[in-house]
Amino acid sequence: MTSRPASVRKTVNSSSNKRVDRFALAWRLPIIVWQTLFFLGPLIFMVAMSFFLVKNYRMEEAFELKNWNKMFSKNYFWDSYILTFTLATVSTIVASVLAFPASFALAFKVPEAVRRWALFLLIIPFFTSYLVRIFAWYVILAESGALNALLDNFGLGPFTMLNTKFGTLVGYMTLTLPLVVVLQTFALSNIDRNLVQAANNLGCSPFRSIYTVIMPLAKTGLIVAALFCFILSFGDFVSPYYLGGSKPPTLPILIIDTTKSGQQWPRAAVVAVVMMVTLITIAFAALALAYRTRASR
Amino acid sequence: MTDEKKVIQSPARRGILKYGAALSVSLPYITSVKAAPTEINMLAWYGHGEPDMVAEFEAANNVKFKPKYYAGGDNMLALIAQSPPGTYDLILSDGEFVQQLNAAGYIEEMDAADYPFDDMLHEDFTQFPGHWKDGKLFSMMLRGGHLGVSYNTTAVSAEEAASYACFWKPELEGKVGHFDWHLPSLGMMSLYNGNGAGLWDLDDAKWDKVQETTTSLRPQVGGFFDYGGTFNSLKNGEMLAMCGIGDWITGVLEKDGAPVASVIPKEGGIQFTESYSIGKGTDKAEIVKKFIQYMMSPDGQVKSAQMAAYPGFCVTKAGRAKLQEVDPKEAMRSGQMDGNPNDPIALINDGRIHYRDIPVQQSLEDWNDYWSEYKNA
Repeated sequence: MTSRPASVRKTVNSSSNKRVDRFALAWRLPIIVWQTLFFLGPLIFMVAMSFFLVKNYRMEEAFELKNWNKMFSKNYFWDSYILTFTLATVSTIVASVLAFPASFALAFKVPEAVRRWALFLLIIPFFTSYLVRIFAWYVILAESGALNALLDNFGLGPFTMLNTKFGTLVGYMTLTLPLVVVLQTFALSNIDRNLVQAANNLGCSPFRSIYTVIMPLAKTGLIVAALFCFILSFGDFVSPYYLGGSKPPTLPILIIDTTKSGQQWPRAAVVAVVMMVTLITIAFAALALAYRTRASR
Repeated sequence: MTDEKKVIQSPARRGILKYGAALSVSLPYITSVKAAPTEINMLAWYGHGEPDMVAEFEAANNVKFKPKYYAGGDNMLALIAQSPPGTYDLILSDGEFVQQLNAAGYIEEMDAADYPFDDMLHEDFTQFPGHWKDGKLFSMMLRGGHLGVSYNTTAVSAEEAASYACFWKPELEGKVGHFDWHLPSLGMMSLYNGNGAGLWDLDDAKWDKVQETTTSLRPQVGGFFDYGGTFNSLKNGEMLAMCGIGDWITGVLEKDGAPVASVIPKEGGIQFTESYSIGKGTDKAEIVKKFIQYMMSPDGQVKSAQMAAYPGFCVTKAGRAKLQEVDPKEAMRSGQMDGNPNDPIALINDGRIHYRDIPVQQSLEDWNDYWSEYKNA
């Protein structure tokens, strides 16, 4: 058996690389084109728009810092920012904590068929309009609603739940909880059971194995689930408006308020850019945290 | 014999088939050409282009309305500003925004002789601010409605509702809602401060005072709502009083049996006015004029007063008389009966109603900035 000359090997490798590149490019191209057209392009326009001016209800191209100065100098903007960030953080913590026991049970404690049905049932809410689901909460959370009627049987209430931050959180959970459960379940299902078994054989209690084995192994999936929850909650308009009574308004509501009065789309763009920067920062930080641990192992 | 028959019958059969096929292919086109309705692009608040308002006119005149709905005068102006001339054939505007439509050249001049000015219920309606410029008519007032104290009758008595002070009633803490638009709510606070007819013309001291009064109401406020939210929160009792609205919302609920009502308090109320204009550059001005005339007719006025989305009062005498004749219950409920204490015309005559306007000494932006601060307080 004779080996090929080096020059031939080089030619073969080179043409092979070219084939691989074209193949890879063909697969990458649709998402690159899509993201460029429908994400990067509008994003660049939105940033540019934040420097435009509005005269007689029409936007005029300009490069002025007036909108940025105006929004950053207003206390209500920062109040809304802090409120939105806080609510999204609380929503993320609550959703992650509420979802974990269910996800754990679905991943480790139920037969495969039950898990499949449960995941299907978790996806079903997404078949209906989010707005409709939020309006359905009116009937349940109102002072004369179903929940207060139930509590009344135990001599409790009535409690004011609509038009409160609690109402907003209920809305956020409606939006995010099923998704968080699904993502957590996928993350936990991929854990090698032998590692959990080994921990138990070595004397690790079931609870301790959750903290020391299961959660570290599923960390990436858990963080991604939490990240999705934060992103969806941070940008949601419907829940804080319809269940929170816009009291006080979150950043998405502030965007609507800003566009309603004088059609100040450039100022709304300032708010949107701030939101975008916040979410990108959070996303990078979360992903870095998720993958850094895995890389160092 | 058989062959002869074939010779005679065959061409006839082929002919029937040929012409029949041709007819069946072309019939839909012939029919559609004949029946193609003229499309009228309407820009309006929600409800004005719905079947209860336009279906009869559409059927009688072979037209089809294509409504584009907006929420708020700013939104309306922006939609027109961002569209090519002639996009909208018919524009329904709040009265206070007509002058801005006119200043920007978005509407056509109208001929006053085409409309029933001699039949208007009030002198003010014939020379409504902003509708005329240099003696030329640019908009025709269609309907109006009054804004005051809207309340749940089980929680607020009629005596208490006779003043905006009821919003500060301790029992209503967290139960006072705002329609989420600064203009009517701040206008009401201005009235409560005793600014009367000068409610929109506030110097710095009066403007500061209005802000102070409004801010003092904040602990009472349970939420800020759009149309749907206002409607729901009053209906399910979450909100027991509402600032910034009137019978245009409670009227719909009242007809549905909800224990709510609206009154004009002693400090005065605000009138919203809706008017039709013909869009600049439209090539359908004639049919649009005919529709406006239809809406100003007694039948049109009745339809407007009964509009499913939100009621408004008639502005012509003949319209009001027709409403009393065909729907006395609604005429009574909405006060459109002579001698009724809530008669909208009598309220205007008594000087208790002030037409909604935009701030004179501040900009809309100033008011909106404060509104955002107020919501965050």
